[in-house]
Formats: sequence, C-alpha cells, structure tokens
Amino acid sequence: MTSQVHVPTQTDESSPGTPPPGGAADDEAAGGGPAGAAAADADALSATVTAERDKPVRRLDRVVIRFAGDSGDGMQLTGDRFTTETAGFGNDLSTLPNFPAEIRAPAGTLPGVSSFQLHFADHDILTPGDAPDVLVAMNPAALKANLGDVPRGAQVIVNTDEFTKRALAKVGYGADPLADGTLSGYAVHPVPLTTLTVEALKESGLARKDAERAKNMFALGLLSWLYHRPTEGTERFLRTKFAKKPEIAEANVAAFRAGWNYGETTEDFAVSYEVAPASAAFAPGRYRNISGNLALAYGLVAASKQSGLPLFLGSYPITPASDILHELSKHKNFGVRTFQAEDEIAGIGAALGAAFGGALGVTTTSGPGVALKSEAIGLAVSLELPLVIVDVQRGGPSTGLPTKTEQADLLQAMYGRNGESPVPVVAPATAGECFTAALEAARIALTYRTPVFLLSDGYLANGSEPWRIPEQEELPDLRPEFATAPNRPDGSFWPYLRDPETLARPWAVPGTAGLEHRIGGIEKQDGSGSISYDPANHDLMVRTRQAKIDGITVPDLEVEDPGGRAGLLVLGWGSTYGPITAAVRRVRAAGGRVAQAHLRHLNPFPANLGKILAEYERVLVPEMNLGQLTQLLRARYLVDVRSLTQVTGLPFKSGQLADAITTHLEGDHA
Amino acid sequence: MPDGFPALTLVPKASAPQTAKDFKSDQEVRWCPGCGDYAILAAVQSFLPELGLAKENICFISGIGCSSRFPYYLDTYGMHSIHGRAPAIATGLATTRRDLSVWVVTGDGDALSIGGNHLIHALRRNVNLKILLFNNRIYGLTKGQYSPTSETGKITKSTPMGSLDAPFNPLSLAVGAEATFVARTIDSDRKHLTSVLRAAAEHQGTALVEIYQNCNIFNDGAFDALKDPETREHALIRLEHGQPVRFGPDGGQGVFRDPVTGALGTAPVTGANADRVLVHDAHAADPSTAFALTRLADPDTLHHTPIGVLRSVQRPVYDTLMADQLEAATAKQGPGDLDALLTGSDTWTVA
Repeated sequence: MTSQVHVPTQTDESSPGTPPPGGAADDEAAGGGPAGAAAADADALSATVTAERDKPVRRLDRVVIRFAGDSGDGMQLTGDRFTTETAGFGNDLSTLPNFPAEIRAPAGTLPGVSSFQLHFADHDILTPGDAPDVLVAMNPAALKANLGDVPRGAQVIVNTDEFTKRALAKVGYGADPLADGTLSGYAVHPVPLTTLTVEALKESGLARKDAERAKNMFALGLLSWLYHRPTEGTERFLRTKFAKKPEIAEANVAAFRAGWNYGETTEDFAVSYEVAPASAAFAPGRYRNISGNLALAYGLVAASKQSGLPLFLGSYPITPASDILHELSKHKNFGVRTFQAEDEIAGIGAALGAAFGGALGVTTTSGPGVALKSEAIGLAVSLELPLVIVDVQRGGPSTGLPTKTEQADLLQAMYGRNGESPVPVVAPATAGECFTAALEAARIALTYRTPVFLLSDGYLANGSEPWRIPEQEELPDLRPEFATAPNRPDGSFWPYLRDPETLARPWAVPGTAGLEHRIGGIEKQDGSGSISYDPANHDLMVRTRQAKIDGITVPDLEVEDPGGRAGLLVLGWGSTYGPITAAVRRVRAAGGRVAQAHLRHLNPFPANLGKILAEYERVLVPEMNLGQLTQLLRARYLVDVRSLTQVTGLPFKSGQLADAITTHLEGDHA
Repeated sequence: MPDGFPALTLVPKASAPQTAKDFKSDQEVRWCPGCGDYAILAAVQSFLPELGLAKENICFISGIGCSSRFPYYLDTYGMHSIHGRAPAIATGLATTRRDLSVWVVTGDGDALSIGGNHLIHALRRNVNLKILLFNNRIYGLTKGQYSPTSETGKITKSTPMGSLDAPFNPLSLAVGAEATFVARTIDSDRKHLTSVLRAAAEHQGTALVEIYQNCNIFNDGAFDALKDPETREHALIRLEHGQPVRFGPDGGQGVFRDPVTGALGTAPVTGANADRVLVHDAHAADPSTAFALTRLADPDTLHHTPIGVLRSVQRPVYDTLMADQLEAATAKQGPGDLDALLTGSDTWTVA
C-alpha cells in the first residue's frame, strides 16, 4: 500500500545482519504495529504458535521470496499466482518480475534465467525488497545468477534434479554447489522437484516431458504451504486457464497439491510461517492487486468515460509497453479503438488524426519509439491538439535493455524535438498511481489542447501492488468544450483565438458547420491560424506556446518532514518512490532527520518547488539515470542539487539508498 | 446523394446545392505560376459539389511538399501535416469518424519515399480514404532533386552525374500492396481527371489515384508525350471497363496478352487478331492483369501509358470492420461498465 504517507513512530530499526530464516531483515522497518520489531531477533520475533497443523507455525511480519528458473520454467506465472493468493489474503505486497528479452534464451544458461520477487507483509510496504529471504532455484543457472543477492541464513530451495554434471558445467560450476560448501551459510532445502512432480502425475497419463512441465506448480504448492497461502484461487485459475485441456489442468492441480502435501509431510520443512493480513495498512475500501500497465490501461478507459470521448489508441508493439495495447484491445465494448500501426510513427499519427476528429488520442511506447515519434509530437505541439503519449521507459540508449527499468527518457520527453516544443510531463510514482496519472495526462491534454507525456517505466509496468478501487464519484470530470460557433464579430472562425485563461485554442472538430479551417505544422498567424512567416509573429507564437505549458495548473508539491527541521530533502520522481520512501523510513528510524518529497509533474514543475528547494540546506535527487532531473532543477532554480544515480536496469535497493542518504546527512558529502 | 457513392452513405448531405466557389478558401494560392497543381485544384473544387456532401464533413489531409499545400486552398476541414505521414493521420481520422469523407493529398516524394510505409499499409488495410498522389517525378519544394519516380540517370542538383536508382512504378506498388482501387489520370485532362475522381469517390475502401502533374520549374515537360497532340494518341491508352483496350489513330493498336509469359504487350489490330484484344475488366478479382497493365508503359518515354481505372474490386473496409467489432463486443458483453472493469474478479474489502 504505497500510496499513503507513512510516519514511523519508533526508531528501533535493526541493523541489517543475518536475517532469520523466512523473516525479512534487510529492508523497510515498519512503523508501529507488530512489524515495529522488524527482525530484531529471529526467535523472539517469530514466536512459535500452535496451529491446526501438525508442525509448528511461526509468525512473521514480512517475507521476500524470489522464484528463479529457466525462461521456460514458468517462473512469472508462478510468481503471479503466489501474488494473487497473497493479495487475496490481505497482505500488503510489492513485486519485481525480472526476465530476459529473449522469449526462450538457451535452456539452462545464465542469460536465460527468469525470476520473480515478491515482498509481502502484515503492514504497509513500499518495495519488492532488497534481498530474498527465500530463494527458489529451479536449476543451477538460477542458483548461480541469484545467490549473490541472497543474504546468508536465508532459505534456499533447490530443484536437485536439475543439478546434473552437464547443467553445472554449462554455468561454470566446477563442483556441485549443493555439496561443496557453497551453500553452507544458508538453510538449504534440497528437493527433487522434477522427480516428485513426475511421480505425482504418474496416474495422469501424461508423457514424462509434459508431466515435468508442471514442476513450477509443485514449487508453488510447496511455497503456498510454507506461507499459509489460500489455494482455491490457484486451482480455479488452472482449471480456467486449461479449460480446453482438462487433463493438463488436472495435472497442474495435482502437482500443486503434491507440493503442498510435500511440505506438510516431509521432515525437511520443520515449520511453516504465517504473515497476518495487513489490515492496518489499508484505508477502508475495496481492493485488488494491480500492475502498472493494467492500471494505466484502466486509467485511459476511465479518462475516455470521464471525458465522454471515444478512446483511440495508435500503437506499435514494444516492450515493456505492449501490455497496454493488449489490455485496451479487450475493451471494445467501451468504444475503445485500438490500432496496431505499421510503425511507431503511424501509431502516433493515427492517434493525432483521431484527436483532430474529436477522439481521445493516445499512443503507447517505450524510449526507442519516442525517438521515432518525435516529429509527430512536434506536429501535435504546433497543431495544439490533445494527445497522450505514454512512454514506459526501459534501459537505453538504442535497443538497450528492453525488459529492464530506467528513467533516462526524462530529457527526451522534455526536449527531444526540433524547435521550442514544450510538452507537459507527468510521472506516476507507483503501479497503482498509473491509473490516476492517465487521468491527469488526459486532463492536461484536453484542457490545454496539447500533447502530454506520461512517463512510466518497466518496474511500474510489470510490478504490482494492492490498489484501492476508486468509486465513480472520485474520478474527475474531463468533459471538454468543443467549439460550436464562430468566434469573430464578422461571423468567421479563428482556430488560434485562445482562451485568455488557459491559452488553449478552440477545438473545432470536423462536422461542425461554419467552422471549417485548416491547421498545419507551418507557423501560423496568431489568432487566424493562417500561414505566417512574420518574424514578430513567430516570436509571439513560440513564447505563447511556452507560456501555455508553463501556465498549466498542477498541484503543489507536498513535503513530508515529520520534525520540520530536516537539513536534507530527498526529492524523487517516478518509480523511485517506493525505494526512496523505504530508505527514508530507515534513516528516520535510526534517528536521522530527513525530509522527503516526490514529483508527479515534471513539466511544469509545481509552483512551490523553487521555494521548497530553497528551504533545505541540502537536496538529494536519486534517479535511475545520470542525473536528468538534477540537471533540470539546477538549471531552473540555481540550486546545488546533489545527484544519486544508478543505471543497472533494476530499481534502487532501499538499504543502499538509506546508506547514501545517511552519508549525505552527515554533511559534507560532495 | 446519388446511389453512386456507397462509400459516403454515412456522410451528411449538403442542405443546398453547392458550387466550386463554396470550396475555395480565403487563402492565396502560392504555387508557381504554370504549376499543374492549379489544374488539379480547380478540378477538385469543381468536382466536390457533385458529391453533395455537407462540406464540414469533408477533410483533406496532406503531408509535405508542393502538393501538400492543397488543403489550405479548400474551404473544408484540413490538415497540412508532416512529411509522408498523411495516410497514417487520415487512418486515425477515418476510423474514428465514419461520417467524414477523408481525402489524402500527397506527392511522389511524400508518398513513395519518406512515407512509403504508410502508403502501402493504408492500401492493404483498405481504410475508407481517397489518396491523390501528384506525381511530377521530381522534388519541387526542396528545389529539384530526383524523386523515387524519376527515371534512372536523371541529372539533378543532387545527381550531377545522373541518378543511380531504379524508379518505383506507383501503380505496380499499389497493386502489390493489395490496393482495391488503382487509377491514373493527368492534370491537364480535366474531364478524365474528374471521371477518375468520381470513380474513386464511389469506391468503398482506399482509392489510390496517381495524377501525372507537371512541374514547370524543375521537370517541365515530363509528361509531354502524353499531352502533345502529335504523340498522345500513340502514347496514351484510355482504359474503360468492359471495353477492348485499343488506342492509336482509329484504335489501330491493341493490347494483347502474350500466351507464353502472360505479360501484356501492344500490337496493331488486324482482322486476324481483333478477337484477341484484351477486354478491360477493372473488377477482376485476380490482380494479375491489373498488374500487367501497370507494366505496359515504357518508364523512360511513357509510351503506352494506361490511364483510367486499372483496378476496382470490393474487399471489406477497415473502418467498417473496426466498427463492427465494437458493435459485436457491445452486443456480447453489454456496454462498458467502468466499475465492473476496475473491480475485476479478485477483490477484497477493508472495512
């Protein structure tokens, strides 16, 4: 539940040391409640309780699990199912899918490893967790690729069947890590997952190869037992997913149950763990789990509904944005038109054409697609038509890291066009916020008749969290006013005669009699919109277009500074919200005084931003780029903003961020 | 509206008779004196009243180039967009607004060079667009570089030793791109130009009309062989659906199919071969003959250039299909319920 401001009430954050088995200790001290004792001591924390089960049950405040396997092992599905079970159970959660760009990288190799990390808790959490408490490694490659992230003392569940000589050699293991002491610091559970799955399915009639494929469900069953997850949903899901192949559905259900029973019966798993629902973390309301891309797609549908305009999406498939196209294509009964164009340029071109006709025009893409769309965005700036451009950022430059996250398109969104071509930029902070960001982007586009950038990223797109479902009356009224009558005393119509308040030009759509007009990318005479090469007019038009964007009303920036006396402000934007907030909590829990603020509007900036920056002795901006927001802030406000950057393709870890913040707190860090 | 315009049944009608004057905008026309574009503009302005449509429901979308200034001079809705992208922009407009008559004006550089991709995809999709491709075989607005339809060896500012690349044949390209309507006409032949515009307007789906247009500044006389009274009878082949394809003085020449290769060629018509003269069938489902017709002309001399409608066939229209899907989805799932969508299937309540 990352959308709430959280004020920690206690400061006894444990130092990140050896975590207890199954108890997260690396991240996010929770404020108050049972989680306040976060991992101070494994035994004290996880009091043994009596349950209906035969084995002892311990209670944990939060757990980080990472499922890792080959690209073909179904790790993303396994993670998704565990997430759904967990969301339904009422925990707060945050996820981090991490997979290669190749659909099926060579089996058993390090580049082919796909993983899914899930952090769930009985309290409000903000990140998918810095380090797993439990690693499920389906093969040697998964073990090797992930073990470095796993702190000593954590549980490691390995599929021993895959630890053959050949598989070990493939990833450069000279000796079997299960036997040579590599794992001596971990609580290792060697499980012959493949053999057990095949054994469980021997009555199913499936060929061995097909039976083996259900091993991810065996693993899911085992982990579901280990953490007391509800199971009905997964069984229902499997029967729906494989409705046309009932024998496959039943085999998967059987493997899932076998995994559960294995946990219950085998002596290797002596205890199981409970993580209570995070009842206190959630405001009253209806909740569901949602990923950023899904929330964004829903936000666009909601914007269509709230504006009364048909939604037109012009898009070209690109990772990690394609899921928005897929999702919107399912909702034709909302009047949503999705157009899979021949290229990125046609995608935005068609969206702009639709906007000319009075639709809510949207294009979705990632960084390389934005580069291709730049000229058309410039045209939209010149035409002054509403348009929403969604950039789900990924690692760059060029093709870069298609499946990894980054925030390095900020300056491209700001400046990546010829001429003076200002475009508003909004950026959601969490997966759930992608919904409101879509509505906000549409509001600005429709009110000011301008293209608007919505900068999401791969982490928000694929990660998920519980989301409070908004009620209809909470959604903004986005109905635009179309021009319907001439706007000149002589009965003529001027397409660039502006609203004095917003500087927006009238939106007269084809089909409106008497308002026939021509618009284009050539400079226009102020007011009449006729072609004009007049020097003074061009100067006026350039400044007017800029003034229109500068004058967009955006909410003030809110600063969270519990003591009101902090010397350091940590300012972020976009998906770094979770890690930054978790890190700030940690620092505060350790006694540090630090203020935090998060930008949702990057252009224009909130009106009070300059004042806030001036109020703090030091400002630190963590970004997943080489300091792009820092540059904007320094240029705009002449403030010596300090930059903290990371471009690994992965989100910040809150522990590292906390350490960095602490260093800056101490004063003279350059 | 006459029944002749089935592609426009959803477009509101004009409330009163119109004249060419109704379609003239207040903008001063800024083409070079003598440009072929003037003749095309005049022909279009005279033709539009024949459609009988409310002019506010007519849109002209263009790209970049001399021809792309066209929308400014028509008193309809219009957009002068960016280089090559007009078909994409028009696709978005036409698919969301089936009550509009949407026209694209483009040139050989705009449509075939920078915008080649959008052109072929618009053609295969069969969006309800009418694309007027002004082909002057030169780049005019950038002052005289060779274009993708210039003949090989063309000496221009950018090719002082002659251009190296083989030209596109726009109509061959269109047939290959699954176009349902392919036609060619000439700027100076107002009557023929109007007849082709009419046929294009009647067509349901994407119509591609190539208009040979003279650039008197940078490529003057490019189409003289087809215009000069002394040569045109030998050079021009006027196609009419259902008629034997004959040309030359007194129709003395005919188009024949080579029984060995299937290609088309020309030969004098004699008593012995008159029954083997190709009879033009613009509606043939198989595009082979239409393609062969596009290959008849000599690319250098333009001799044996067919004009008229080479191909006009029926295929489902993209925007109709899209509208059908929306209707079918609504019929099956009911109109969209936002609350139900947001709620989904797995929810829980916190009291």
